[in-house]
Amino acid sequence: MSEQQTEQTAGRTTNTLTPVLTDIWADEQSWKLDTYTRRGGYRALDKALGMAPDDIITAVKDSGLRGRGGAGFPTGMKWSFIPQDNPKPKYLVVNADESEPGTCKDTPLLMANPHVLVEGVIISSFAIRANKAFIYVRGEIVHVIRRVQAAVAEAYAAGHLGKDIHGSGYDLDVVVHAGAGAYICGEETALLEGLEGRRGQPRLRPPFPAVAGLYASPTVINNVESIASVPSIVDNGAAWFASMGTEKSKGFGIFSLSGHVTRPGQYEAPLGVTLRELIDLAGGIREGHELKFWTPGGSSTPLLTAEHLDVPLDFEGVASVKSMLGTRALQLFDETTCVVRAVLRWTEFYKHESCGKCTPCREGTWWLVQTLSNLEKGIGQESDLDLLVDQCDNILGRSFCALGDGATSPITSSIQFFRDEYLRHLTEGGCPFDPARSTLFADELEMA
Amino acid sequence: MTTTPEKTAQSSGTENTPVAVKTVTVTIDGVQVEVPENTLVIRAAEQIGVQIPRFCDHPLLAPVGACRQCLVDVPDAGNGRGFPKPQASCTLPVADGMVVSTQLTSPVADKAQQGVMEFLLVNHPLDCPVCDKGGECPLQNQALSNGRGESRFSTSGGVKRTFPKPISISPVVLLDRERCIVCQRCTRFAEEIPGDPFIALVERGAQQQIGIAEGEPFYSYFSGNVIQICPVGALTSADYRFRSRPFDLVSTPAVGEHDACGSAIRVDHRRGKVMRRLSGEDAEVNEEWITDKDRFGFHYLTAEDRLTYPQVRDRSEDGAGVLRPASWTEAFAVAARGLREAGATGVLPGGRLTVEDAYAYSAFARIALGTHDVDFRARPLSAEETSFLGAEVVLRGPGGGGVTYADLESASTVVLAGLEPEDEAGAIFLRLRKATRRTPGTRVLAVAAYSTRALRKLHGTLVQAAPGEEAEALQSLGTRADHGIGKDTVVLVGERLATSPGALTAAAALAARTGARLAWVPRRAGDRGALEAGCLPTLLPGGRPVTDAGARVDVATAWGLDSLPETPGRDADQIVAALSSGELRGLVVGGVDPDDTAEPEAFREALRAASFVVALDLRETEVTQAADVVFPVAAVTDKAGTFVTWEGRPRPFEAVFTNPQALPDSRVLAGIAEELGRPLGFRTVPEVRRQLEQLGPWDGERVAHDVSGPETSATSSAGGVADSSASGGYALATWKQLLDLGTMQDGDEHLRATARPALVRVSAATYEEHGPLLTLTGDRGTITLPAEVAADIADDVVWVPARSSGRGVLADLASPGSRVTVTGAQA
Repeated sequence: MSEQQTEQTAGRTTNTLTPVLTDIWADEQSWKLDTYTRRGGYRALDKALGMAPDDIITAVKDSGLRGRGGAGFPTGMKWSFIPQDNPKPKYLVVNADESEPGTCKDTPLLMANPHVLVEGVIISSFAIRANKAFIYVRGEIVHVIRRVQAAVAEAYAAGHLGKDIHGSGYDLDVVVHAGAGAYICGEETALLEGLEGRRGQPRLRPPFPAVAGLYASPTVINNVESIASVPSIVDNGAAWFASMGTEKSKGFGIFSLSGHVTRPGQYEAPLGVTLRELIDLAGGIREGHELKFWTPGGSSTPLLTAEHLDVPLDFEGVASVKSMLGTRALQLFDETTCVVRAVLRWTEFYKHESCGKCTPCREGTWWLVQTLSNLEKGIGQESDLDLLVDQCDNILGRSFCALGDGATSPITSSIQFFRDEYLRHLTEGGCPFDPARSTLFADELEMA
Repeated sequence: MTTTPEKTAQSSGTENTPVAVKTVTVTIDGVQVEVPENTLVIRAAEQIGVQIPRFCDHPLLAPVGACRQCLVDVPDAGNGRGFPKPQASCTLPVADGMVVSTQLTSPVADKAQQGVMEFLLVNHPLDCPVCDKGGECPLQNQALSNGRGESRFSTSGGVKRTFPKPISISPVVLLDRERCIVCQRCTRFAEEIPGDPFIALVERGAQQQIGIAEGEPFYSYFSGNVIQICPVGALTSADYRFRSRPFDLVSTPAVGEHDACGSAIRVDHRRGKVMRRLSGEDAEVNEEWITDKDRFGFHYLTAEDRLTYPQVRDRSEDGAGVLRPASWTEAFAVAARGLREAGATGVLPGGRLTVEDAYAYSAFARIALGTHDVDFRARPLSAEETSFLGAEVVLRGPGGGGVTYADLESASTVVLAGLEPEDEAGAIFLRLRKATRRTPGTRVLAVAAYSTRALRKLHGTLVQAAPGEEAEALQSLGTRADHGIGKDTVVLVGERLATSPGALTAAAALAARTGARLAWVPRRAGDRGALEAGCLPTLLPGGRPVTDAGARVDVATAWGLDSLPETPGRDADQIVAALSSGELRGLVVGGVDPDDTAEPEAFREALRAASFVVALDLRETEVTQAADVVFPVAAVTDKAGTFVTWEGRPRPFEAVFTNPQALPDSRVLAGIAEELGRPLGFRTVPEVRRQLEQLGPWDGERVAHDVSGPETSATSSAGGVADSSASGGYALATWKQLLDLGTMQDGDEHLRATARPALVRVSAATYEEHGPLLTLTGDRGTITLPAEVAADIADDVVWVPARSSGRGVLADLASPGSRVTVTGAQA
């Protein structure tokens, strides 16, 4: 561990869990309006409706909340880009198109506590002076769509949505929109295209959505978790939120642990927590095994290894080891996993999900899969590794949007850390791993 | 590679004061260049001669940044900071102080481009040797200039994605999906330029492809343009596919002969045969687009029934006789003798001529026949129109107060009256669409019977006018403030307006009153040129009025004549009537189709009554079969000439082929005139041009068109209007669709298959009353066609395409504007 990392770890303000969004998950029927209200829900809304919209924006700015969808753009600043002198309607769009392999935070949040999002939508829309908001939910998760729809219906019935909300004179309508099954629609401009009924492909920027987004009107697009964090900021104040996390990555976030860990799940903790701490909380790597590699924020963030266990999981910390915090989707793989096989699976995903708009991503992922699957079968030569790296170099930063960039992350990082394992596939004429051993039931079968 | 065409010097005659454009200075590959702000880097680089490779970029389409071939390194975006990643130069506007390094100076940019090129070839088949595009393929060319010699994909055992070879996306366009690099040029063209988004991207990733909706082919009048702008061989022409290689072709610039737009085209030929036609580039006229008719409609040139030798009729005792081949000299002599014996002769040259040929007809009538009985209008006309043409149209042109394409773009409002631009003037339609897509865009008002698809695509407003009521509608236009007719308005009147009494006068009055600018848009390529050349009973060449003594002296002197007749001659309708009544006995006729004329039966009767007919034509027709002497004339490919656009812009072109089988009309007429002992003073096209130039335009007074009251007692060949308007029934609205049964579309069944179907447009009430199949009966016959509802057509109006079924509306039904009855028909 480098000295710098030690310092950062030491500078962290807290290392305990901070359940805010997840606080009521364990309650009986936590998704119901009654439950949410009983636990203080929609209290922040009244407070917000009594504030000047600009003051809410200021509070969110002061809190230091950064976008929870992966890029980490300051949320309050994004809101302040909305030109209020533009006569067109303003829109809030919530990106709930959670589709990245490993990422699993918005889906459980919306299942367990949809009202925190609804309340966040109302406050955020009020702040940016939008009278219409859209929640774009990934099309495959029908159960979540139903639950969010039910929550919105409950909110309408309770007078939290619709005309003259809480007697404030403020009107807001919320539309829950189901996607049609495309990872690319998580990219904000492709999402807007899809929302407008067009083919989901990213748009040329500028103009940025803040100026000309949905229906060419000023639009704020935020991740579910970002918007869901707003009620707590309004309720408890910016300082409360800023007291958590690290200097530049403030507040809390949901860390989802999956893979070879004893208790996979969502752990809400301040940014800056380390994987070592989270694994402890999750009961450790599955028994008898040790961590081999992991992704900090889903499959499009360069993977890390056991040597990075103490990297603070905030935007700066993860960036300092050449990866990205992303969506805090911590996928953990132990030594039974073949990294080549894992990377191939991810690459197949990107090939399947490439929208086709730009050449590097469309053709590059097609070729990457072929090169990788040959390597996985032990076909090829050492120079094919350089070819892979060069292909990635020709995709990264050359594609239209970040999907192509993400496709290269697992490949380049895995070759960086596990070059020898790739070569073993070639020298041994195939994969040296037994894929069955990496399954969660492999050990149980062995014991039985 | 598609680069921006160099702008020709602005020749438009409008008082457009050049707006000072703010410029910025950028450094590209170490060379400083000053360009207008918002210029894209890829265009700025062109300014210093650096061509950045590109596929999706097209100067006339909105940027998309899809292919990523044009990546460049930008070490300084103008703010002192560089971009960390290579940028697509086709989407990046310049900024002052920006520094750009292209593939020529930046290893990063060069590698990025090579990488993209390698990716593009991953799934591109290696079938260049059998691909239509091979040899003129931007992908092939740029793979050589900016790609690597060896394919790492193949050597690493890569497997290409395959698709079954071509599928047709319309009868004229085939799609080879394997070759497609999904640059979206075609889909963007379809959506942006003509507004026909019938092709779109479907599927995703490497499976992404161009597709059509099931059962909805790419039926656009402009579909062929996508073949031309496709940067690979994915979109090919059903007509041209596998017929030639680009490097075997010789290209000759030419001008579209199918309408009055004067579109620049390129004729690609091999061994004396046209293999294909492409759009030329002319920023002032058609930019880079042409209609499918201009592109594919050339097979009439090689039709089986092309005349290839002169013929003369051997009269037998009973007066009948047969046509037999004759030598040119014999035919000249027989024609001259026949005309001399016939005495009074009329001249109907038709509207398809070059200016040079039209001038020859004009001169032939006056010099050889001593008459003003010459009229290019082989379609319904009126005396009002004759007067209008002489006063408001002739001699106006770019630089002389004439409306230009550029004026359509800059006008705040364009009024269309008697003109359906998509059907009748494709280049005008495209320019208007470009104008209406701008912000703030040009507003289009159409005085018409109903809102056409074209009007919807122009986001235009209908000023409803039943046939015959256009004058009233035009009068009302000037009175309503919300129509905003003023100095920056352009009024385009179509030739059809001649059949609506008072309409042309009302248009002229509207222009005079409001300061709006006026232009006349004919349908045929030769119409405007014929007007300038004096193929009108009231006009001599150069717009000189027959009634002006000075003008007559001018022309008579130039032609070496003592004098010219002082009174105007007969117009086309009067010539037809005079032939039937025996006042005229001879007829010299060019490319006139009886079914196009105001009264087809009357024309046929005149042909029978004439004692001597000389016909000049491309192909064997009803007219040549009835003629006494038939001369084959040269097609547009076989002669030099000039078409004049609706703007009044001369569009000269040279001969593509030397073909001894036919002579230009001018040479034929000169030959006859010489046999008559009254030589025209020219034999060749250059000699005609010299004479035209010497004569020059008229600079004296025009005969004013009386605009005082639009209710001029016009004697119209659509004379039925006034009489029958009170008689109930339905008013007949009609015009020719772009693609129909016109003889110049003969021979290309692919093209004809894309024509819009023949149907009757009626109001919902009429449809309700009479059902989906209607029988229309007029004073000339009956036609039965399926019906379609037009939302805003009046209940007592029906619209029928003029030449899409049978012998056409004029022959089979009634004259435009007259009343027809409608009954339901059994399927």
